[in-house]
Amino acid sequence: MPDATHAFRHLPACPGVGYKAQHFTDILTDPNPVGWLEVHAENYMGDGGRPIAQLKVLSERFPISVHGVGLSIGGEGRLDPDHLARLKHLCDWLDPASFSEHLAWSTHDSHFLNDLLPLPYTNDTLARVADHIDEVQTTLGRRMLLENPSSYLAFAESTWSETDFLAELVRRTDCGLLLDVNNVFVSATNLDYSPQGYIDAYPLDAVGEIHLGGHDEDEDDHGAPLLIDSHGRAVVDPVWQLLDHTLAQSGPKPLLVEWDTDVPDWPVLAAEARRADAALNRVLA
Amino acid sequence: MTSQTSFHSGLLAPSAPVPEGLTDGHDHPAGRRYGVYRNNVTVALRQALADGFPAIVGLIGRENFDHLARGFLRQAPPRSPVMSQYGSAFPDFLASVEQLAQLPYLGDVARIDLAMRQSYHAADSTGIDPAVLQALDEPTLLTTRIDLAPSLRVIRSRWPIGAIWHYTLRGADKPSGGPQDVAVLRAEYDPEPVILGPGATEVLAAFQDGKPFGAAIAAGGAAFDLARLLTLLLAQNAITALRPSSSVS
Repeated sequence: MPDATHAFRHLPACPGVGYKAQHFTDILTDPNPVGWLEVHAENYMGDGGRPIAQLKVLSERFPISVHGVGLSIGGEGRLDPDHLARLKHLCDWLDPASFSEHLAWSTHDSHFLNDLLPLPYTNDTLARVADHIDEVQTTLGRRMLLENPSSYLAFAESTWSETDFLAELVRRTDCGLLLDVNNVFVSATNLDYSPQGYIDAYPLDAVGEIHLGGHDEDEDDHGAPLLIDSHGRAVVDPVWQLLDHTLAQSGPKPLLVEWDTDVPDWPVLAAEARRADAALNRVLA
Repeated sequence: MTSQTSFHSGLLAPSAPVPEGLTDGHDHPAGRRYGVYRNNVTVALRQALADGFPAIVGLIGRENFDHLARGFLRQAPPRSPVMSQYGSAFPDFLASVEQLAQLPYLGDVARIDLAMRQSYHAADSTGIDPAVLQALDEPTLLTTRIDLAPSLRVIRSRWPIGAIWHYTLRGADKPSGGPQDVAVLRAEYDPEPVILGPGATEVLAAFQDGKPFGAAIAAGGAAFDLARLLTLLLAQNAITALRPSSSVS
């Protein structure tokens, strides 16, 4: 067994899953477990107890991706120094293979809203987000990955496309990107553009990880489809096809299956991970 | 321009108009698309509260809980992204709601839920070997200070809150009787609420204040059962160190 604190420098280009505590024993006893695990940073910010004890055990066996959901990198205010310090503490002791956060905001006037809220893509927001990414990377002493959002609406004031906005952030900050292909499919459907066209315009060279997840279906005031990024069901076929389209251009990448609500038993989640593995094998064939 | 102030203002106010400058990606106003964020925010925060206060959900039902939660969210939105810490003001909020006046114990039962969650995430510690305590002679014992686990919490109440909690979440007998104080103890990773005997709350507080053993147990009064409390603390790994007076400079 390699030394846990230095064994896993990078996420492997194979499937991983979002870790749920109810799967702890299944993951440790599965003879063919997934290649890596992702945890939500905010669930491991207590002083001790079972969550942190489980994470220590898992980190000895698996590369871990720490995925923050509460830093509010797109927020108009400054980053919360207390929260940044908590992230630094977690990354310092765990030394994860990857750290990622979202192109979104979730805190306003020190009120945390527990959702990923959208940003207009303007020169002003670009400068602000770039400053915040610089601060995160400097504080943590590591490169971070930034995830594209699921969008339900657009801002009239936006002057950048999302793909150009992300590419410019990479250029200014040298951050990497977490490409969520389900989010691409959800946003493209909701805002009526081509998801394949989005992938073709996306800076795939910067991708350090790809997310897959399930979504719910609704419709807007005019009867147009409105997909909701729920992470509560299996990945749909068009998203698997969009993954194939992506991998054909990007080559193999670490793939993560997210399932955060109505979490299924381990065999169902493991089957989704095997489907992701098959997609990787197709691109290698 | 749609500032985050204007986007934020309608999120927790269901009747507020959709902020200006939001579209469906073409020329239509965003309409109910904005409502997706409004719904996400409310549902996620309500769920976090419900997860954190299972005995209150059990006592009043999810529908009533969600109604109360809506009021609490507007009054005391989270101040930190660490949702496991959210809701520390909820017990006081419950105790202040006039419509709940006929359920005066709710606030204190909520304090057990909160203490369970705080205990679950508290720092790890190791209980002492009971033989070490038993080996102390009486004069040494009386001047020794007792360190308690960081996961230990104590809730005082004028109501039989321990029995109500166990009835609601563990199917125990219907609660009756008078006031109960409850200790939440975590032997390893699973906190457990235990009903304390008379005087135990005062003795635990004295231990936590750093009083020597003799002075601390005197705080328990005539009805205090020392053997019962020590057995509980040792079984739950709640005594983490003994500090004889000679080692205190």
